[in-house]
This record gives sequence, C-alpha cells and structure tokens, in this order.
Amino acid sequence: MTDERDLIRDDIEAYLAKYRKKELLRFVSVGSVDDGKSTLIGRILYDTGMVFEDQMAAVRAASQTDEPDLALLTDGLKAEREQGITIDVAYRYFATDKRKFIIADTPGHIQYTRNMVTGASTADVALILIDARHGVLQQSRRHAYIASLLGIPHLAVCVNKMDLKDYSQKVYEEISADFMEFGKTLRFKDVQFFPVSALVGDNVVSDSENTPWYDGPNVLGYLETVPVFEDRNFTDFRYPVQYVIRPDLDYRGFAAEVAAGVIAKGDDIVALPSGKASKVKAIDTYDGELDEAFAGQSVTIRLEDEIDISRGDMIVKPDSLPRVTRRFDAHLVWMHEKPLDTEKAYLVKHSTQTVRAQIDKIYCEIDMDSLQEKPTDGIALNDIAKVRLSCHRALYVDDYQRNRETGAFIVIDSLTNNTVAAGMISLEGADQNMGEVMKELHAESAMEPKTFVSDNERMERFGQRGATVWLQGLPGSGRWTLAYALERRLFDDGRTATVVNPVGEDLRSMISAAKAVTDAGLINICAFPSPTRTDRDKLKARIGEGRVIQVYVNTDEALCRERRPDADFSQFEAPEDPDITVALNEMRIDKAVEIIMEALRERGQFED
Amino acid sequence: MQASARKLSQLRQLEAESIQIIREAAAEFDNPVMMYSVGKDSSVMLRLAEKAFAPGPLPFPLLHVDTTWKFQDMYRYRDKIEATVQAELIKYTNPEGVAMGINPFDFGSKKYTDVMKTEALKQALSKYEFDCAFGGARRDEEKSRAKERIFSFRDSHHQWDPKNQRPELWNVFNAKIKKGENVRVFPLSNWTELDVWLYVWLEDIPVVPLYFAKERPVVERSGTWILVDDDRMRLEPGEEPTMKKVRFRTLGCYPLSGAVESVADTVPKVIQEMLLNRFSERQGRLIDFDEEGSMEVKKREGYF
Repeated sequence: MTDERDLIRDDIEAYLAKYRKKELLRFVSVGSVDDGKSTLIGRILYDTGMVFEDQMAAVRAASQTDEPDLALLTDGLKAEREQGITIDVAYRYFATDKRKFIIADTPGHIQYTRNMVTGASTADVALILIDARHGVLQQSRRHAYIASLLGIPHLAVCVNKMDLKDYSQKVYEEISADFMEFGKTLRFKDVQFFPVSALVGDNVVSDSENTPWYDGPNVLGYLETVPVFEDRNFTDFRYPVQYVIRPDLDYRGFAAEVAAGVIAKGDDIVALPSGKASKVKAIDTYDGELDEAFAGQSVTIRLEDEIDISRGDMIVKPDSLPRVTRRFDAHLVWMHEKPLDTEKAYLVKHSTQTVRAQIDKIYCEIDMDSLQEKPTDGIALNDIAKVRLSCHRALYVDDYQRNRETGAFIVIDSLTNNTVAAGMISLEGADQNMGEVMKELHAESAMEPKTFVSDNERMERFGQRGATVWLQGLPGSGRWTLAYALERRLFDDGRTATVVNPVGEDLRSMISAAKAVTDAGLINICAFPSPTRTDRDKLKARIGEGRVIQVYVNTDEALCRERRPDADFSQFEAPEDPDITVALNEMRIDKAVEIIMEALRERGQFED
Repeated sequence: MQASARKLSQLRQLEAESIQIIREAAAEFDNPVMMYSVGKDSSVMLRLAEKAFAPGPLPFPLLHVDTTWKFQDMYRYRDKIEATVQAELIKYTNPEGVAMGINPFDFGSKKYTDVMKTEALKQALSKYEFDCAFGGARRDEEKSRAKERIFSFRDSHHQWDPKNQRPELWNVFNAKIKKGENVRVFPLSNWTELDVWLYVWLEDIPVVPLYFAKERPVVERSGTWILVDDDRMRLEPGEEPTMKKVRFRTLGCYPLSGAVESVADTVPKVIQEMLLNRFSERQGRLIDFDEEGSMEVKKREGYF
C-alpha cells in the first residue's frame, strides 16, 4: 500500500490508469460468530489501508480493550450490534495494487444458510475460517458444501487462531488433511489452506515469521493472484433478451448482458422460442460498435433479419443450444419461514423469464450434519433439497455447474411476492439438437390441463378452506331457511359462501356443482334432498370426506309433517354420524346458525 | 481475439452490471423513475442509464426532489441537464413544507430533512404512482447501506425493514410487488467513491463546479466550512464570511453540507486528495451526526 500511496502522491494520473485496469474479485467470507471472521476481514481492510481515520476513531472508542477491535469495522446494523452478531449479508470494498475486491460478509450459524447462499451466489472465492483449537467442525464442512453447491470455483481455508496453538505445524497439517478428506468430494477447481492469526496478522496480508514451515502465499497474496477470469463459460453463447430498444422504425436492438459465451458480428444465431435463424448485423454500445462481445458485457444486438423477439426470449448459436424444457431437476435452498407447498404454483424467475411453476417431487433432502441425501416429505427454512420442477412454459436452461448464469433461478411466492428459494439446475444426458428443441416448444400447447392454483393459495386468498356444508333432514325441517341464514352470517363474517340451489337437477349434477364450488375454495351450503345413506356416501366420496360437513336438521317429525302434509317422508334415513345436529323446533334459526359457525371455527375452517 | 483479451477491467464490469440492473428494472416495473439529486453519483447513474438504452431515449423520467435549499450552482447545473437529457425531468417540492416555511435554520436538520426530503420523496412517489425509483446510493457510503439489496423493497408506507429483506441472488432480481408498494433500485451499489470519480474522469461526465476547489465565501460551523451561497444564509452574531479555497465532497442542502479546504480543482486532483486524506465521505454531511445509526433510522422511515 505504501508504494501505491507514493504513486497517488507523485503521479495521480498514472495511479488512475493502473487502477482502472484492475480486475474485480468477489469473495464470500464464511464463519461462525467465534472463529474470528470479522476480525480477519477487519484485519485485511486495516492492513491494506482501507480504513478511514474517522472509522478507526469510532472503532477505538467502541473497543472493550486497549487494542482496537477490528471486528467492529464490519459490524453493521444497530440491531446486530445489540445482538452481538451479524445477521445478514454485508458488502465491503477494498483494493490493492493488483485487484479490486468485493467481500460478501455472511454469518455462519446454521439458521442463516440463506444469507450465506445469497453472498455465495456471485462469489469467485469462498473464504472459510476454521478455529485451530477446535479443528474441522461440522459447520465448516457445511459451509464448504454450500460453497461448492453454489458453484464457487475456488476455496480458501484459513486455519485461524494459530497463535493460540503455538503456530504448530502439526495442528495445521492435521486440520488441512482432515478437511481435504471431505473437500475432495466437492467440486472446487482448487482448495488452498492458510495458517493464520487474524488477531495478530500472521499470513493475512504478509508472510509470517511465526510459521517458517509454511511456504505458501498469504491470504491476500492468494486473493490477488488466483485466476478467475476463465471461470466464466466462454463456450456456450447465451443471450437472454432484457429489453427491446426501438427508438424509431429503422432501429430494433435487443439489449442484454451476455450471460455466457462469445458473439461476433456476422455470427449465425437462433432465437428461442421462435427457432428462427439469422445473423448478427451489429453489436452496439453507447460508445460505438463492437466486433465481438463476450460473457459479462452489456450490449445491444441487431440482426440481419426482422425476427419477432421480445423480453424473455433467448438468442443462442445453432451449434450450442441450451436445454429447452418445462421439467427439470434442481437443488433448492429454501429461504423462507413458510415451508414449501408442493400443491402450490410458485413463480420461477430464470434469466429474464418469469413463469408459473410447481415443485412436483422432492427426491431427497441434504442432511446438514452428514451432508448425505436423506428421504424427506417437506422442505422448510434453510433446508437444501433435490427436487423436480414443472413449469408452465419452457425455459432455456443449462446445468448450473456448467453455466451459473443460465443454471440459476429464484422461486417467488405468487401471493406474498417474497423470494422463497434459490435453485440450481442439474441436467443429465446429452445436449439437445434443434429438432428436439422445437419438439419441446411445440409440446407446450399440449400440456395436460390442470390447475395452477393450490388449495392453500385459495385458503390464503379467501381466509377459509373450501367446504360443503350439507344440510340433511326431513321435508319441512327448515333446511333451506337455515341455509340462507347461514350464508348471510358467513358473509357478514367476511367469508365467501354461497347456497347452491339447482332446482330440478338430479343428485349427480348437484354433487358436481357442490364439488366445483368447494374446489374453488368457497363455502358451499347445500340443502338439496339426499334422503338415503347411499346418497350421502356418494356425495362424501365425490367431494372428499374431509371437506363435507354434515348437518342434521333434526326438527320434530310431527312439526315437519304438519308443515308439508303432501311430502314423501318414507325414504328418509336419519344420518348415523352427523358432524352437527340442530333441532329447529327447539331453537331459533339464529341459534342454529351460531352452532354451525362455532363448529366450523373449531374444525379450523377459517384461517383466522 | 485472444481469450486473455476477453477480460473486463473492474470498472467496465461494474458498468456492465449496472446497465443490466437498470434494464432489468425498466423492463419489470410499470412506472419507474430515476432519482436525480444533481450530485456526482446521480450524474454517473444518468450516464449509465443513457448507455443502457442508447440509441433510444430513457424509458423513464428523472425526479428531482427540490428542497428549495440546494446550492445555486446545483440549480444552474440541473437546468442545463434538463435542456439536454433525452428524458422528462420532474421537479417536486413538498408544498406543505413550503406552506409551513420549513427551512434548515429555524427547524433543525432533522425536522427539515424529514419534511423537505423524506416526506417530499414519499409524496412524489405516491403522487405519480411510481413503483420503482432508482437511487444513486452506494454500499461503501455507510454501514446500513452495506446490507441493502440492489432491489430494495419498500412497503406501502415506503418503509424499509432491514431484518426482512428479500434474499437477492446472482443477478436475478425479484421485482414483484403489490399495488402501492415500491422498490428502490440502486445500480451503483457495488461502486466505491473512487470508482465514481474515476468514471466521471474517464467518461468526461460534467459535474457541479462545487466539487472543485475555488475561492468561496464561507463561515466556520461545527468544525466545517459552510458556504454563504445566497442572501438567505443567516449569519450568527459575530460571524463574518471569509474567502477560502474550498470544495465539497458531497452536495446536499447548502446550510447542511460542509466544505473542506482544498486546492483540488480537477478530477484527478480531487481523487488524489480523497485518497490521501482518508476521511469518510459522509463526514461533510451534518445530518448524519444527529444520532447514532441515524442513516438506518432515516432509511427505515423512507429516506433514500
């Protein structure tokens, strides 16, 4: 940093010329509260001269000891300082004379897997801390596993607090070997170990005299030199169109960031989903035309032919097609308190497309202790699982490990709009050819018809579960009167209910109507005659036992006969096990309504 | 082209990422607006937006929340931009604040900022039903900013809940909101102050002259130089404006933004001074000294 400072003082323009050419490296630092992660980051910032005088003054004032507590440099929000932990991802920036760095600083304890995943999603390097006193804990394995799952190419393992283990080479080597045993099962391009003391500064930004047996780089030296620009996929051209620029009739440009690969003027392309072919006429930018654009550049492409292309479409090359599919397997990291609902339609945002999708199948969950697959029937916050998704429309995807940009997606709850999960696509099998791609796209319109609205979603919308309240009783028992009184009462209570009254229909149609209303999430009140037990069994079987509430309107028979002298009373078989019984000769209608309301509430029919 | 040539410098990478962010928000929201504060960050953000949609015009208007207490140089500069930019520039002032005669002298910086900035911004967003507002804030500015998402969700009261932020992964941004809610989008999140200045220099982006050192009439208050910008400035008993060569590191409202003594009159010199001085940028803004963690409190209330 001192050389840099001299250059800044003596020749600022030379410094700037150098600075502008620096490469960017993003790394995520992971560790638990006690293993010294904040101290390590604070140490790097401090030793590279990135800490402003007034920040340092604040840290000195807040430190409990005489030495400034460098961890305080990275502790952010008020709430966190009160709790004494970092609760979210915080981004830090610093530069050395070789590179500019963005640190995603994330907490390490298990309940914050989602934050680590957030920070890890864009990282080139994962920096993991291990407390030399404790050796490799399960937590470190977990972090390495997540880093690998998120496709971070490089792993740096800092064996910290070496000062407390007398800088023992043996301790360091045992920990390294222990970790490597596990690390080799993961997919990193390389794994590098460092014996450090963040507190004292050994091997952090300079080589330590306390570890003469260690001849590797220090942490910063490694971060400055680890090659990262080749980590991006420069092979498979992927251009997910973000925006169509049409200032006038003569100009039609497709704006996007090149997600992967390289494109040059004159190259053959194919647009998905149309399958139409064309050639690149020009690659435009504000600063002029380019001959070639590559992964990571934001440009605007014009084509030789007028093809209809809009946002969400993808421009690719005919010799390297993505998988075009509505169904694929993926690892999901669940990030929300509300667990996965496999009945529900979520939104999946993948590159520039957002589609409705359902999680069809949970293959297994990753056990966070053994890091092995285990069977599961549900996914909750911080769980990682392998699932199968089925989307309403085809996506243009790649295997996540082959291409992070087009292998990644987020899952959004369509009711609350929260981001509830992150997904990494896993594909097997050979690449598709153009014929297979078009077949898949044409298959879209022949999808099996099924609802994309789940019962739970309806429940959230209506604040109730769909049900059929089936009133049974003798002719003249007052079923219909009760039905309409109940409808009014439910309405006043903020519920959505209706009396289904298809005069002249047979029981079969009646049951179909009742089922449709119940499926829609409404409370259906039925008073249609269903005198026999067989009738009622049919009805329960069709609508679903759990969704039918049988109310026996047990009005005194003599009273019923008096009201309906001409009716046929012979067929009626009293229900054997009604859910509710009310006798309208003994109570007023209002009372009967309240009894039914109370019973509905007790059954958990209402959300609140 | 050699593979090794396919390497973006960090500044070009930041530029490309910011353009991706701006395009994404412009495509996903129904009615976005770009906050235009007249400062250097706004100027850089505006240039990035121009790059994102070139050769077309900006697909959204610019919004200047005018507290009426900006420096005169800022108004002149704003009017110049308005005349040249390919976008509508909306100017909004809180009418209630004006009616109440809110000014930074009689009401204290907190009250003044609440009414003329935070409240005005919320009013403007509601009035025009903007569902997305681009802001030029950077994560290196302040600790609470360091945690904020690039697409930062605000509820229907424009409030930010730092404990309940949506996870944000890769460059896949969740832009789904309900009616009345909005999202603040920060395309410069990953830029540092040095990056912004460097970009101003490389791209030759014009900025307000107040950023450069010049002899100006000032008085000293709370250890910082306050510019006597126009005849609305009230001098305390015994205060006598003196001419000092000063410049501003950040521009806000003139009685609240402090100047520093400087000889830096070009962009490289400003950068040089900045790097050698190593003082935190917001130090010049008096509003941050009101209370501990004050930026976080203001942001929860809806301040940018």
